[in-house]
Amino acid sequence: MWRLPMLIWQGLFFIGPLAFMIAMSFFLVKNYRMEPAFQMQNWVKTFTRDYFWSAYVFTLWMASLATVVTTLAAFPASFFLAFKVNETVRRWALFFLIIPFFTSYLVRIFAWQVILAQQGVLNALFGLAGLGPYTMLNTQFGTIVGYATLCLPLAIILQTFSLANIDTRLVEAAHNLGCGRFRAIYAVIVPLAKTGLIVAAVFCFILSFGDFVAPYYLGGSKPPTLSIMIIDTSKSGQQWPRAAVVAITMIVTLLTVAFAAIGYAYRKRR
Amino acid sequence: MTDRTLTRALLALYTAFVFLFIFAPIIASFVFSFNSDRFPTIPLGSFTTHWYEKAFGGDAIWPAAQTSLLVSVCTAVLATFIGFSAAYTDYRYDFFGKKAFLVLALLPPTIPLIIFALATLGWLSMFNASGMVISVIIAHTVLCSPFAMAVIRLRLNQMDPNLESAAWNLGASEWVTMKSVIIPFTKPSIIAALCLTAAVSFDEFAVAWFVSGLNKTVPVVILEILTGNVDPQINAIGSAVLVISITLVVIAQLFMMRLQPKKQEAA
Repeated sequence: MWRLPMLIWQGLFFIGPLAFMIAMSFFLVKNYRMEPAFQMQNWVKTFTRDYFWSAYVFTLWMASLATVVTTLAAFPASFFLAFKVNETVRRWALFFLIIPFFTSYLVRIFAWQVILAQQGVLNALFGLAGLGPYTMLNTQFGTIVGYATLCLPLAIILQTFSLANIDTRLVEAAHNLGCGRFRAIYAVIVPLAKTGLIVAAVFCFILSFGDFVAPYYLGGSKPPTLSIMIIDTSKSGQQWPRAAVVAITMIVTLLTVAFAAIGYAYRKRR
Repeated sequence: MTDRTLTRALLALYTAFVFLFIFAPIIASFVFSFNSDRFPTIPLGSFTTHWYEKAFGGDAIWPAAQTSLLVSVCTAVLATFIGFSAAYTDYRYDFFGKKAFLVLALLPPTIPLIIFALATLGWLSMFNASGMVISVIIAHTVLCSPFAMAVIRLRLNQMDPNLESAAWNLGASEWVTMKSVIIPFTKPSIIAALCLTAAVSFDEFAVAWFVSGLNKTVPVVILEILTGNVDPQINAIGSAVLVISITLVVIAQLFMMRLQPKKQEAA
């Protein structure tokens, strides 16, 4: 009996919409009205357009780049929080890292717009050092800053947890056996924390792949990503079926990446 | 040894830099909200409350604030109820398909919001149920109940499994046990879940933007201002929203922290 509320609600309003979206991708739009049908038209039209594929490749590239940048940027900080500070400091750091989840992402992106602008705060600082001004807004750099704003706190939290769970005696053993400090990191620590590190990276990928705010407001939508394409086709064009095609392609891509990564994370572990 | 301290210092410096990156936009929007320049730069302009007066003196924001409040309160109650029942199911029962049950319960946050927004818009439109306040509540409840479930499940972990059977042995019915043993025990986590889900719903913009129609919530209004021009009103609204969200999260954290000592007590 206690399982019913969740099953009914998620069935009706989570599975229902997603299943309907698959059906919707075969519908037709006539006179701005959607009509139930079973036509391949939307799929064919979307998959034969070059701009869809260039947007697809670009989105994949940006999300991968954001994942790599965030993972690498987060790691030294997570390493520091996991091994070099005491329990109290770590707890406070994690508490502070939760705060960004509850501040409006939109407001943070707006703040970045102002900071990164041609006449913005950062360029003013560069100007004091006799540098710049650099164009940072409406570039891929801007998009990556936005993705990092979204992903970095989560990446550090997940990485810190997985690193802090490592049995430090194994690291000491490696040191005793003459293993250097950097070698200990990539030969002992990273493999031990592999699962957690990959899960963190997968979350970064999912978040960046689906986000439309950073590429639109910081990247200037040049070129558009798949998420922006969904908004353009559904909001202004009323072409919900075609937006559904894009959305399904995104979900399939995300599932493939996530399962491949998780499979890799749990491989060779007994 | 000095080599070690140097590494530690460099790592500390780097970590501070990362935290600066994370908190720069939050601090900046707070500072800019009191700054007179429309295009803030360094050095800052003079102190002003102009943007707050403009944002909260007009009548664009208040209907949105009302909608947001209504949506987040309803979402919090519904999502916490669903989260509680799912967490209790997971704690108490073992049944065929339990793994699938858990996947379904925890999956929603991993679907990109924009995709869920489109799917919900299509689905609700079919029943002529989009563009209403209730549409936003329905969708937000889907997104928030996994968080409520996670929080309450953590608390149930700390419960002595014999408590329930003891209550039954003493003649309490299942319902009485629920009312006088389990709910009191999980109360702090229920309050924490209410606050967290309210905060998540209060900040969510993608789904709200797609399904709210004319009943805009505060984040949707922010999104629309953002699409228009550079307007520091956003900082004023954002800072006010921040204070509300942080208050909710701190309350949630306080209730979560009260869980810790009790755990030791039980052990």
